[in-house]
Amino acid sequence: MSDTSSALRIVWIYPDLLSTYGDQGNVLILRRRAELRGIRTEIVHVHSSDAVPVEGDIYLLGGGEDRPQILAAERLRADGGLKRAAERGAAVFAVCAGYQIIGESYGDDADNPLPGVGILDIRSGRGETRAVGEIVADVDPALGVGRITGFENHQGRTALGPSATALSRTVTGTGNDGQTEGAFQGQVLGTYLHGPALPRNPELADLLLRWRVGQIPPLEPSWGERLHEERLAAAL
Amino acid sequence: MSELSLRAQLAAVLGKGAATLSRATGRGDGSVIGGRIALKVEPDLLAQLARGRRLALVSATNGKTTTTRLIAAALRELGDIATNEHGANMPTGHITALANSPNARNGVLEVDEKYLPQVLQATNPAVVVLMNLSRDQMDRASEINLLAKKWRETLQQSEAHVVANADDPLVAWAGLGARNATWVSAGQRWKEDSWCCPACGGHLKREPDPHWECPECGMRRPDTTWAVDNQADVVIDPNGQRFRLQLNLPGDANRANAAIAMATTAAYGIHPDQSLPRLREIHSVAGRYTSVVTNGVEIRLLLAKNPAGWLESFAVLDPPRVPVILSVNAQIPDGKDTSWLWDVDYTVLRGRRVFVMGERRTDLALRLETDEVPFEVADRVDEVIAKLKGEQPDITKVDVIANYTAFQQIRTAYGRVQ
Repeated sequence: MSDTSSALRIVWIYPDLLSTYGDQGNVLILRRRAELRGIRTEIVHVHSSDAVPVEGDIYLLGGGEDRPQILAAERLRADGGLKRAAERGAAVFAVCAGYQIIGESYGDDADNPLPGVGILDIRSGRGETRAVGEIVADVDPALGVGRITGFENHQGRTALGPSATALSRTVTGTGNDGQTEGAFQGQVLGTYLHGPALPRNPELADLLLRWRVGQIPPLEPSWGERLHEERLAAAL
Repeated sequence: MSELSLRAQLAAVLGKGAATLSRATGRGDGSVIGGRIALKVEPDLLAQLARGRRLALVSATNGKTTTTRLIAAALRELGDIATNEHGANMPTGHITALANSPNARNGVLEVDEKYLPQVLQATNPAVVVLMNLSRDQMDRASEINLLAKKWRETLQQSEAHVVANADDPLVAWAGLGARNATWVSAGQRWKEDSWCCPACGGHLKREPDPHWECPECGMRRPDTTWAVDNQADVVIDPNGQRFRLQLNLPGDANRANAAIAMATTAAYGIHPDQSLPRLREIHSVAGRYTSVVTNGVEIRLLLAKNPAGWLESFAVLDPPRVPVILSVNAQIPDGKDTSWLWDVDYTVLRGRRVFVMGERRTDLALRLETDEVPFEVADRVDEVIAKLKGEQPDITKVDVIANYTAFQQIRTAYGRVQ
């Protein structure tokens, strides 16, 4: 076996379609927080013309405009790799447009429902107003993450089916519907916190790492923790 | 002016009065308030003021203020011109610019990307200049694919001649909607917003740079007649003649701006031999690229508002021994969302002394920490200079890269340098 066989494989899905505003941050912070703990990582960029590998550990999907979102969903469905990877227990972290398309269905620009990848039991459509601004939410205690903060910029509204659990309850901001924010199902997790959601919430990044490698030692608090505190204080 | 209706004449006079008042009371340069009052009196004023002129409209995510200034400088070869040189790039600003130069037959207007379709329809310009489109202030700006689509649709209905950068796929796709175009190979450093075909979404083949084509639908980069050779500091015209630029503005981005300006003014009949000396007279644009000397240290101010702009700024930094100060705010003109910091690659700053400041310096700090770039936190530029001077008395230069309001704050601290 090659010496990358034991590395944590972080797979960035379609940076050519789904990388709109800081989504790369999630890749960079996962790598850093893994490597600070001595976990070797391998970053795989999967372009929309490439097949999605099924043997990754953590799959990341970013945000996108309407048309790239539709293209990404069509290609992921045709490819099938992401769904197979989720079925074999990989972790998936998707933000904004990426969150919508891993669900059962999502709305196009005229709010016609289109089929999603179907690895998270959510259905999304278009709301009356655009939700733009800082958002704060309290994560489901079962996940051990605490309070999260981020920036949302979307017109989507998302309803959860019976197999999905709300990621969090909103304190300020809109999220899924003004009450809850994001959803998870097994190790598939999605959120409207767009762009660098993991840099802004180090505990959420560590949750994904724990899902794949088990217990991890805590890190000395640094700028990520400070930013998290600062943004919470600014938003509340 | 004789073609203006009475109502439009009144509107123009009222607008000018308000602008004068605004300047006299120190509230602003008057560009916006004057136009706003005039528009209330005559909604058709922009169209009336534009009638009978040969206007060029300039739009892009980055470089539109500078390029408008360059085109204006060259167009003065033909006499009096109308231009919005204060950067008021929405219809109110256009009205003020045109009303202030009633007898100028030629003009050049910087136009906000979102307003381009509207202003294009109102002014019936001779030339539309399109340079680049990339992610910018997502919390308040339009999505760029949607913008390009609107540009394209408006150009399909227009007689205007397009001068556009063929190396930016989104811009080229929009420009291909026009009946006539002059294509410039002006380069594209930031490619993260154009990996996919604007027409069909296929993954573009982008080699060898600057060529690009879509393997799925066959759309490809238009053939160019003007080009920039950055290595040689040269612009090549449609006859193959090479012009050494020797600008007083730094970097490849300004070589691209100059090439676009030369191609645009050539459409007005101005030969590069005449335009180029005028382009060289520009040393700074509204404080951008200005240097101020304080305490014996030359501080150069670079404005960078989005990832593509930061990339261009990194490319013009002085040698690594020159420290750099990065300053980021997140007020409304900057965009309240700092996510874009994660789209910029800061690893090029390794080995350089780096300071972070601004309202969102903690975001910058985490970003630099993640890219393993050592940095120091600061409150103000003069504090950094004093510190550096204390450690290194012979220090002569410091670069500053800041986003919009952070830039204006620093500029104001040094007396609103031009």
